[in-house]
Amino acid sequence: MPAHLSARLRAFALSLLLIAFALPAFAGPFEDGVAKFANDDFSDTEEAIGVVASSGNKLAFPIISALQDGRLMADPDSKKVYVTGTDGKSIDAATGEPVASVPDSASAVRLNNRLRRSVDAAIGGLTLQSPDIGTRLQAAQSVFKSHEETALEAVDGALAKETNKSVKAALGDARAAILLFKSDATEVEKLEAVATLKVRGDQEALALLTGMGDQPASVTKAAASAISSIQSSLAVWSGVQNAWYGLSLGSVLLLAAIGLAITFGVMGVINMAHGEMVMIGAYTTFVVQEVIRTRYPGLFDYSLLIAVPLAFLVAGAIGVLIERSIIRFLYGRPLETLLATWGLSLVLQQAVRTMFGPTNREVGNPSWMSGAFELGQITITYNRLWILVFTLAVFAILLAMLRYTALGLEMRAVTQNRRMAASMGIATSRVDALTFGLGSGIAGIAGVALSQIDNVSPNLGQSYIIDSFMVVVFGGVGNLWGTLVGAFTLGIANKFLEPVAGAVLGKIAILVLIILFIQKRPRGLFALKGRAVEA
Amino acid sequence: MLSKSTHDIAASFSRRGVLAATAGLMLGLASLTGAKAADDTIKVGVLHSLSGTMAISETTLKDTILFLIDEQNKKGGVNGKKLEAVVVDPASNWPLFAEKARELITKDKVSVVFGCWTSVSRKSVLPVFKELNSILFYPVQYEGEESERNVFYTGAAPNQQAIPAVDYLMKEEKVKRWVLAGTDYVYPRTTNKILEAYLKSKGVAQEDIMINYTPFGHSDWQTIVADIKKFGSAGKKTAVVSTINGDANVPFYKELGNQGIKAKDTPVVAFSVGEEELAGIDTKPLVGHLAAWNYFESIKNPANEKFIKDWQAYTKNPKRVTNDPMEAHVIGFNMWVKAVEKVKSTDADKVIDALPGIEAPNLTGGVSKMLPNHHITKPVFIGEIKGNGQFDVVWKTPSLVPGDAWSKELDGSKDLIGDWVGKKCGNFNTKTNKCLGSGS
Repeated sequence: MPAHLSARLRAFALSLLLIAFALPAFAGPFEDGVAKFANDDFSDTEEAIGVVASSGNKLAFPIISALQDGRLMADPDSKKVYVTGTDGKSIDAATGEPVASVPDSASAVRLNNRLRRSVDAAIGGLTLQSPDIGTRLQAAQSVFKSHEETALEAVDGALAKETNKSVKAALGDARAAILLFKSDATEVEKLEAVATLKVRGDQEALALLTGMGDQPASVTKAAASAISSIQSSLAVWSGVQNAWYGLSLGSVLLLAAIGLAITFGVMGVINMAHGEMVMIGAYTTFVVQEVIRTRYPGLFDYSLLIAVPLAFLVAGAIGVLIERSIIRFLYGRPLETLLATWGLSLVLQQAVRTMFGPTNREVGNPSWMSGAFELGQITITYNRLWILVFTLAVFAILLAMLRYTALGLEMRAVTQNRRMAASMGIATSRVDALTFGLGSGIAGIAGVALSQIDNVSPNLGQSYIIDSFMVVVFGGVGNLWGTLVGAFTLGIANKFLEPVAGAVLGKIAILVLIILFIQKRPRGLFALKGRAVEA
Repeated sequence: MLSKSTHDIAASFSRRGVLAATAGLMLGLASLTGAKAADDTIKVGVLHSLSGTMAISETTLKDTILFLIDEQNKKGGVNGKKLEAVVVDPASNWPLFAEKARELITKDKVSVVFGCWTSVSRKSVLPVFKELNSILFYPVQYEGEESERNVFYTGAAPNQQAIPAVDYLMKEEKVKRWVLAGTDYVYPRTTNKILEAYLKSKGVAQEDIMINYTPFGHSDWQTIVADIKKFGSAGKKTAVVSTINGDANVPFYKELGNQGIKAKDTPVVAFSVGEEELAGIDTKPLVGHLAAWNYFESIKNPANEKFIKDWQAYTKNPKRVTNDPMEAHVIGFNMWVKAVEKVKSTDADKVIDALPGIEAPNLTGGVSKMLPNHHITKPVFIGEIKGNGQFDVVWKTPSLVPGDAWSKELDGSKDLIGDWVGKKCGNFNTKTNKCLGSGS
C-alpha cells in the first residue's frame, strides 16, 4: 500500500471519528427527538414524546408538561423548540439554556387526541414520584388508563416508596392493569391482577377485563366471574343513578314550574308568558356576568349570587307591569288571557332577540358549579346538585313567605275569597299585582339556575312552558306541595322510563300517563277542596 | 355621479361653447339612461327565518347574502344591473316557508332565492319552486337522497361529511365501537341509516353500534351521557357520531364536560356544531372533540382571511364568526353570478342549464364545481375544538369530493344518480336505465 494512500485513509478515518464525536454534542437521540416537535407532523410529535419521555433527561418533564398546556413553541424554519414557562420566561428545549425571547415564527406544537393520550401516559410515568400527593394520584390514574408495559418498572419503584393509602391503591390498580395486558406476565400475577380489578369494581375495571384478549384458561375464568360480579353491582348502582337523575330532572321541573304555581296555580291566570320570565332571568345572569367579566373579573365566582336578586327584581318588575297593563283587564276571561299572554310571550321573545341577537349567549359556570364527584359508582355533577339544593331552598322560602308574612296572608285571603278579603279592607288589586310579580320574579330566579344547564337564547322559555303547565296541573292547581310532589314524580318516572324506552318514547309515555291520570283525577294529585275552587 | 356630470355640463358651457355643450348634453343624457338602467335591478330573494327556533342559525345566512349582494354591487352588479335583496321572514314555520317562497317568486319577481336550513323547510318549498320554475340555492349539509331540477345544493351531502368523518375515526383514532346520537327528525335518521350501513360494510358488528334519538331542544342529557359512558367501557375504543341539531348541543356538551367524558377517551364528532354554536359555550372542557365540515373559520388562506375581514367590517363586529353554511352561500352566490353573466340573462331555464360545470373558488383554497346532479365538489376537513371556540384542522381529504345526491350505501338508492345535463333526470336508475320521475 503506497504511503500517501494510507495517509489519506488515515485522514479520512480521523475525520469520520471527529464527526462521530462531534455529532452527539449537537444531536443525541434526545436532541433529535426534541427537534422533531418542530416538524408539525402528528406522527413525528408522537415519536418525539416517546424519545423525550424515556430519555431520563431532567428537561423531559418541563417539555412534556409544556406540550400538554400548549406552552411548547416550535420554530418550523430553524427547527428550534422552546419551552415557555408559566412565568413567561423561555428556555431552549434541547439544551435548557434560557433564551431572551421566542421568535415570532414559532407557534405552539399542535396536539390531537391520540397525542393527548401519549402525553398523559408520559406525564403519568414522569410524575409517579412527585412530592405532591395529588400529582402522584393523578399520575397513577393515567398509568392505569394507558397501562403501557414500559411503565411497570416506574410503578414498582413508586409502589415500594409510597406511603399514602389512596395513592398506593391507585398504583396497585395501575400495576394490575399493566400485568393483565403484559404478554409475559405469569399466571399467578395475572390472577392477582384480576382480583385487584374485581375489588376496584367500576366501569373502567370492567372495560379492562372485557377487553383483555387471549389469556390462560384460569385467568379467563377468574375474569368472567369478576365481570359478572362487577356487572351485578353496577346494575344496582344504575338504579341509584336513575333515581338521582330523576331527582335532578324533578328539581329543574319544579324550579321552572314554581313561579307558574303562583300565577296559574294560585291566581288562576293562564300565563303563557311564564317561560319568557324564565328567559329574562337567564339574560339578567348574562348581563351580570358580562359586567363582571369586563369590570370585576375577580367576582366571577359570585356572579350567580349577584344575579339571583337582580333577576328576581327585573322579572318581578316586568311581571307587575304586565299585570297592571294587560292582565287585570282580563280576570275571569281565561281564553282572552291565554291569547294575550301568548302574544306577549312572542313580543318578549322578539324584543330580546332584537336586543341581544338571535344566537346563544355564553353564561359561564362558576368553578364551584363545574365538574363532578364520584359517589360509589355514580357520577354526581356539581351543577345538578346545586340546582337541587337551590330549588328546595326557593321552595322553602316561598312556603314560609306565604305562611308567615302579611303579604302571604293577604294573598291566601284574596285567592280563597276575593270579595270577603276586599270587605276586610285588603287592597285586592294591589295584592293581585304583587302576587303576579312574585310569580314572575321566582320564574326569573329559575332562569338564573337554568342558564347553567341550558342555552341562553330567546327560545329558552318555550322549552319549559309545556313542562311547567304539566307539573302544575298534575300536582293539583293551587297547591304548592302538589307542585313539589308532581315535579319529582314526573322527573323520576321519566328517568326510569328513558333507559328502557328512549328519550322520545319516554316523553310520549309520560304525556299519555298524565292524560290518563287527569281523566281519573281532574284536579290533580292534591286537589283543593272548598268554595274557592268553584269560584 | 349625476351632480358631477351636471357640473361638467356647466363647466363646458363656460369654456368651450356650443360644440362642447352638445357633447356635455350627450354625456348628461348618457348618465340619465344609466340612472334609468339602475332602476331595473335584478331581485334576489332571501328566505331565512329571522324569528322562531331557527333564527339562531338562519339570521347569519340572511346577513351573508346581504353582504354578498353589497360586495357584488360595489363591483358593478351583474350584467350591468344592480342586485336588490328581497328579505322575507318565514319565522321557523314550515308551511310559511312555502307561502313566502310563492310570494317572493310571484309578487316580488325574484330571479333566484337563497334560503332554507332544515330539510323539512326545503321539502316544504320544493313544490313551489317546481310549479313556478324558479331557482333555490340550499346552503346546509343535509341527508342527501334528493336531486331536483330547481334546487342547487351547496351544502355537504353525506359522502362529503359523515363518511369521511367516520373514516378518520376508524383510521386515526382506531375506533371500534360507535354511538350514533341524533335529534329525532329526517336528517339524523337518514344520515344514521347511511352510517350504519357503511359501518357494517366495514365489518362493525351490530352490538358495537348504539343508536339514540332525542327530541328537538332536549336539555336533560344525564341518562344518555351515562349510557354513552357505559357503552364506552366495553374495552373497545368508542366514539360518538353526533347529528344532534341546534339548541340541544349546548346542554349535551356541558353534560359531557361535567361527567368527565374527555375527547381523548371518547371523542365526539359532530356534523351540526360550528363556530356559531360554540359561541354560546365555554369550550375549555370540550378541547379535542371533533367536527366535520367543508370549511372552518381558522383555515389559513388569503381568500378566507379577506372574507373574514370584509365580513367583520360589513357587520361592524370584530368578533363576528364565520361558518360552513356561510361559505356554501358564498360559493353558491358566485356560481349564480357566473351563470347569469354567462347566459346574459336571469331566465330560470337558461340559468339552470348553465349552472352545471360552473366553477367558483371556495374559501379554503380550492375551486368548487357545480355537478350535473346539482351538488358541488367540496374538500372535507376534520377539526378539533380549541379552547377559544375555534377549530384546529387535524385532517383533510387530499382532493375535492364530489357530492353524491343518492347514497351508495343504501340499498334503495345505490343505483340512482342525478343528472340534469345528459339524462335530464334527478333519479336515474343506472341498472334499469330508467328515470323514476317525480313520483318518488
